Amino acid sequence: MQEVNHELAIKHGLTTEEYNKIIKLMGRNPNLVELGIFSAMWNEHCSYKSSRIWLQTLPTKNKYVIQGPGENAGVVDFGDGDVVIFKIESHNHPSYIEPYQGAATGVGGILRDVFTMGARPVANLNSIRFGSPNHEKTKYLLNGVVSGIGGYGNCIGVPTVGGETEFDECYNGNILVNAMNIGVAKKNKVFYSIASGVGNPVVYVGSKTGRDGIHGATMASAEFDEDSESKKPTVQVGDPFTEKLLLEACLELMQKKSIVSIQDMGAAGLTSSSIEMASKGDLGIKINLNLIPCRENNMTPYEIMLSESQERMLMVLKKGKEKEARKIFEKWGLDFAIIGQLTNSKKLELEFNKKNVCSIPIHSLGDNAPKYKRDFITYNYPKIINYDSDIEKLDIKNSLIKILSHHNYSNKSWVWEQYDHMVMTDTIQKPGGDSAVIRYHGKNKGIAATVDCVPRYCKAHPKSGAMQAVCETWRNLISVGAQPIAITNCLNFGNPEKKEIMGQFVDSINGMREACETLNYPVISGNVSLYNETNGVAIYPTPTIGGVGLLKNINNMMTLNFKNTENIIAVVGETSGHLSQSALIYDVMGNKEGPPPQINLKEEKKNGLFVSDLIKNKLVAAVHDVSHGGIIVTVAEMCMASNIGAKIKVSGSNIDKIKYLFSEDQARYLIEISKKNLEKVKKIANTKKIKIDIIGNTQSEIFEVENDLKISVKELKTKNESWFKNYNKD
Amino acid sequence: MKASVIVFPGSNCDRDVKISLEKFGIKTSMVWHADTKLPKSDLVVLPGGFSYGDYLRCGSIASKSKIMKEVMIHSKKGALVMGICNGFQVLVESQLLPGVLIRNINLKFICKNVTVKVTNNKTNFTSKTKRNSVIEIPIAHNEGNYFASKDIINELEDNNQIVLQYCDASGNITEQSNPNGSIKNIAGIVNKRGNVFGLMPHPERASDELLGGMDGSLIFKSLK
Repeated sequence: MQEVNHELAIKHGLTTEEYNKIIKLMGRNPNLVELGIFSAMWNEHCSYKSSRIWLQTLPTKNKYVIQGPGENAGVVDFGDGDVVIFKIESHNHPSYIEPYQGAATGVGGILRDVFTMGARPVANLNSIRFGSPNHEKTKYLLNGVVSGIGGYGNCIGVPTVGGETEFDECYNGNILVNAMNIGVAKKNKVFYSIASGVGNPVVYVGSKTGRDGIHGATMASAEFDEDSESKKPTVQVGDPFTEKLLLEACLELMQKKSIVSIQDMGAAGLTSSSIEMASKGDLGIKINLNLIPCRENNMTPYEIMLSESQERMLMVLKKGKEKEARKIFEKWGLDFAIIGQLTNSKKLELEFNKKNVCSIPIHSLGDNAPKYKRDFITYNYPKIINYDSDIEKLDIKNSLIKILSHHNYSNKSWVWEQYDHMVMTDTIQKPGGDSAVIRYHGKNKGIAATVDCVPRYCKAHPKSGAMQAVCETWRNLISVGAQPIAITNCLNFGNPEKKEIMGQFVDSINGMREACETLNYPVISGNVSLYNETNGVAIYPTPTIGGVGLLKNINNMMTLNFKNTENIIAVVGETSGHLSQSALIYDVMGNKEGPPPQINLKEEKKNGLFVSDLIKNKLVAAVHDVSHGGIIVTVAEMCMASNIGAKIKVSGSNIDKIKYLFSEDQARYLIEISKKNLEKVKKIANTKKIKIDIIGNTQSEIFEVENDLKISVKELKTKNESWFKNYNKD
Repeated sequence: MKASVIVFPGSNCDRDVKISLEKFGIKTSMVWHADTKLPKSDLVVLPGGFSYGDYLRCGSIASKSKIMKEVMIHSKKGALVMGICNGFQVLVESQLLPGVLIRNINLKFICKNVTVKVTNNKTNFTSKTKRNSVIEIPIAHNEGNYFASKDIINELEDNNQIVLQYCDASGNITEQSNPNGSIKNIAGIVNKRGNVFGLMPHPERASDELLGGMDGSLIFKSLK
């Protein structure tokens, strides 16, 4: 075995201090296997060493939460003995190096996190962000990532029901692929990773171990440079077919009473899964590496422990249940190997060719892992910019069309039609709405889900941006008639060793905390992805939020398409005319200065609950939250979804009109009300002190802003649907 | 009426199709691919999904599985067989139906609602539809591009074996309404005898009002 020294430790991504700490904890110099294990456990991806102290400040409880962060995924109560289990995770670095496999294994990994808990996965969502469409790699990355997500999800047969796809030059050298999965289980059939019972067998199931993905987690914790291409061998290769078998076999075994604990082999493979289980149970674990099913000959202990081959699980069985379990895995044609047992040594002990090749006190890997309080700066809310002279002469029609045909706001069906979003036949609200809705199988209730973030807001003011991301998911869930329950977060940032980046992170956590607290909308799972930089340039701070809501009665589900002509169109919430960082100013005019819209959490909650009440009492025909592009784009989207037109009236100067129509003030919704319900709605708004503007009515086929624009809905659709088709023509 | 749904490793629409069959009064049991005996059935359904990961060619490995011998015997007796999506691919790989299904012309997976024209309503699978009517059913596949030699196509036409064809909303069979490049816009065919039916669209995904349509139920109602 190679001699371990300082130089080798540095090559493993450890710092001098960390290497010295290992020697101190071990009481000796580690051998190569041990060094590899330390480096895998102590990298940012596995140890959360820069983020941990901040993550602990987030609210993680409300009356629905059964399991918060710290397990493979979070669990919330959905009533009637049912639970919903969900989590989001990043696969950014691998997807940039190898888009198809990177994205595919991102989906595979998050699926395993959810079914490890005993849940049947029922929905995939994702948030994918690419560089400028003109960047030489973007088309290749977009096509690869979308095919990879589809390739995995379609094959395993879990519908991909929602997400976001956006472009910004800040992702030119570092794309984002965040994958979320939601599963369902019975409350009394949830499985955890805490090991127990000295002498219980440790079992390896799933695919064989190969040399792929060695040091994947370490790669994911480093910045990119020109040599990033050379990291291709660290990307894992996905096999959705095997995962489907693994899923069915695990769920079948979970019906029996054989499993003590179970953990998927994700980042840092066998290393992190074995350590995590033993550490949670305050036990030791002994593994004979000769018993690991290997795909290749002559694999060394170092390679076996650090491989990130996919579709593998580690579990602890009750003694005596081995036969019953083996039978199920053999039926599904999967490897099943008893590789060791739990011990009371509190050590990770590995044997290979009858020699002891590793002996590490387990607590030195977890509890004693480095934890840093890194330096950070705090960002002030930027000065408001007056755009009056820039917008004075803007043409409303032209501006609307520019937004609708812009790559970030154009129709995304090119993306989601490559995903099977209907398999399992419970997708009752398909992609394209405010949230996706999945019927809880065989029940009258539904699961609403959405993924959101506006990175340009986060860049302009990280705290407001993170608050906004939380609020937008909340609003999207409200808009389909669901009650928001909890969130999962995927925190994508640059290098935390720079105080500017750490400041973005800290401010985002603070914003998220405030929003979650006010909305009683806790974080139950998530993932942090740092070092999203290339040649020292960081991405925009991107705290992606996945929100999940409960739709108590699927017959009360709301949609955003207009339902009828001659109905009233109204705006719920205050429109103050905030334009900087809006689609109009940022994307159409190219001015990236100024603050994002301010968040008023009290308003957010008040307006949301109001809309929620209107839906419950069947007083509205359609609801759409107001986001990118402001009121005018929101109305246009409701028209395009229904082929019904609209006529709206705005008064004042051109500046006033543009501010009213295009501003991105928060906490607002557009609602469609039939004439007979108008008075009732007004009355409730009045008692609850909700601002509501009647702006016009629906009509057939034509979208109209009085005195300013008249365009057929058909033409709007043509403009909105053209970008992706043209971009991917050749 | 009794149906058996064959479950291959990698099938993923087995549960969905069972729900639809039972919803329309067809008693359904699931049959594992490695079984050597088929329960007494009037209908065998090969469901959608990715049997054996579709790793060699779609449906190819499944066509060699143990239970398929029984399915062949079942079909030789003239009993009904329906293959949906991956099931259709298995049927062409087993040569229970002529032709092949190759990659979609745009080389991408396509999942969306499409309209198809019922060209032949005189089959056991379409008897409750009107001839030349247009029905809306989703597709979800990467390899649904039906291809066959000229002779086979002529034979299919002469024997009225083309059952479903992709069309526009008014029933015109156009290039624009062809999602995957299939010859003659073919979406579904029967064998000469009329007891084996393969189709790319998923009728089980259009048999529930909440999922956006009931047109697929016409096929299940026809079977009963």
